[in-house]
Amino acid sequence: MKLTLRIWRQAGPAEPGSMVAYEVPDANPDMSFLELLDVLNERLTLEGGDPVTFDHDCREGICGSCGVVINGQAHGPRALTTTCQLHVRSFSDGDVIDIEPWRSVAFGVLKDLMVDRSGLDRIIQAGGYISAPTGSAPEAHSTPVPKPIADSAFDNATCIGCGACVAACPNGSAMLFTSAKVAHLNSLPQGAPERASRVLNLVEAMDAEGFGGCTNTGECTNACPKGIPMDSIATLNREYLRASLGRK
Amino acid sequence: MNFWRSTIGKKTVMAVTGLLMLLFLIVHMLGNLKIFFGRTDFDHYAHWLRTIGNPVLHESWYLWIQRFVLVVAVVLHAVSAYQLSRRDLKARPTKYSHHQRAKAGYATHIMRYGGITLALFIVYHILDFTTLTLNRHGVDGAAYDNVVSSFSVWWVTVIYIAAMICLGLHIQHGFWSAAQTLGYNRPSRDRAFKGMATGLAVLLTAGFLIVPVSVLAGLVD
Ligand code: HEM
Ligand code: SF4
Ligand code: FES
Repeated sequence: MKLTLRIWRQAGPAEPGSMVAYEVPDANPDMSFLELLDVLNERLTLEGGDPVTFDHDCREGICGSCGVVINGQAHGPRALTTTCQLHVRSFSDGDVIDIEPWRSVAFGVLKDLMVDRSGLDRIIQAGGYISAPTGSAPEAHSTPVPKPIADSAFDNATCIGCGACVAACPNGSAMLFTSAKVAHLNSLPQGAPERASRVLNLVEAMDAEGFGGCTNTGECTNACPKGIPMDSIATLNREYLRASLGRK
Repeated sequence: MNFWRSTIGKKTVMAVTGLLMLLFLIVHMLGNLKIFFGRTDFDHYAHWLRTIGNPVLHESWYLWIQRFVLVVAVVLHAVSAYQLSRRDLKARPTKYSHHQRAKAGYATHIMRYGGITLALFIVYHILDFTTLTLNRHGVDGAAYDNVVSSFSVWWVTVIYIAAMICLGLHIQHGFWSAAQTLGYNRPSRDRAFKGMATGLAVLLTAGFLIVPVSVLAGLVD
């Protein structure tokens, strides 16, 4: 397959950037999207050019580091699929593909397609955990959790922190990401003692990072590779109201 | 105070004030329909509005309390909208060079412009029928004739049509959005809230517009 990649090139955080076109004449439909970039980078390196910087780690859809915007869509055209799990066969011979970094004031571009997503880490630090004294693991059956609650908590726990929700949101809002933490931890008995303080701290940290607010456009959930639903945002709003009104 | 400073807190203020205005608009729309019972009935109704709460409340006191609450609601709604919108625009300064295909519908997309249009319309509407400054007939107490005199002019009716379409779109996104903001929405209720939002939007737009359109068509004169 012959593809043309138009890629955002930017030498550093404070440098200006622009879209640069590259031809890849020998793309294999069975390659993953990151392998397509690898092939391009090998060639650029051999030619003595500067390879395209992009973030990646697991390449199996679980670490959350690989996100880029492909043709205006975070993680590209396939639903519930990270960039690393996307294949070249999702495109057609002769396609021109635009590849851009996540755009949000809270995610500065470090180089080319790589952005600084540490704002999400600071949100996690503010409340995306339970405080448990370490020691031997408690007997799981001693804390029963109803099946629907366990399922919903698990679904929300599948968030990989990729930031596609922020990238897709017209307001650069991190509500979906933050809501996944609240919907996960606040619904479980282990999270109950910190239920109020967790949501208050998470939202304060989220706002402090400069992320925008939620206008319920639903672009986040559409882009999310893990299918975190809008319902989690309603849950976050409900938990925040409850905590603000002082109910424990 | 932390609540007001947070994005979710401001959004909650928007939802509550929006729903309060919506409640008023439903009653207002239904009251307007009394015009189809004729001049005596409508003018009597307009007069009665000034006597609500009598004899506990003095003449027009209830009306002034309601006006005060509504002005506070409009101001809080608009201030939150302005502050949140500014924040949202700052949070996403760079557009993608490849245009994003929006998943959200037109009603969601137009909330800010529609809201500004509504704010301008509210001022115009008050100058037209409350203060009577812009009203051609403009006789205090002659509500029926004041209404007919305004809507007999085609471009006044056009302004009202445009504003009420904005209102319908605003409510279509806003009502569902408020259910989401206040945490009432659940997957099992989502369709019902969306349906109610569309129902309320159509009901209010049609209910408000039937009056000016009937006047212009000569059905009410
Ligand atoms: C002063 C004029 C108005 C302005 C400037 C304004 C502006 C806005 C804006 C910018 C939003 C946020 C939209 C978003 O989330 O993207 C909004 C939401 C909303 N508006 Fe208005 N609006 C106005 C009047 C009204 C009126 C008259 C109503 C009464 C029906 C109303 C009801 C609502 C509701 C229910 C919401 C949803 C709140 C939420 O998302 O939680 N607004 N408005
Ligand atoms: S909510 Fe979805 S899109 Fe957002 S960070 Fe988590 S996995 Fe990524
Ligand atoms: S590289 Fe880990 S999710 Fe894509």
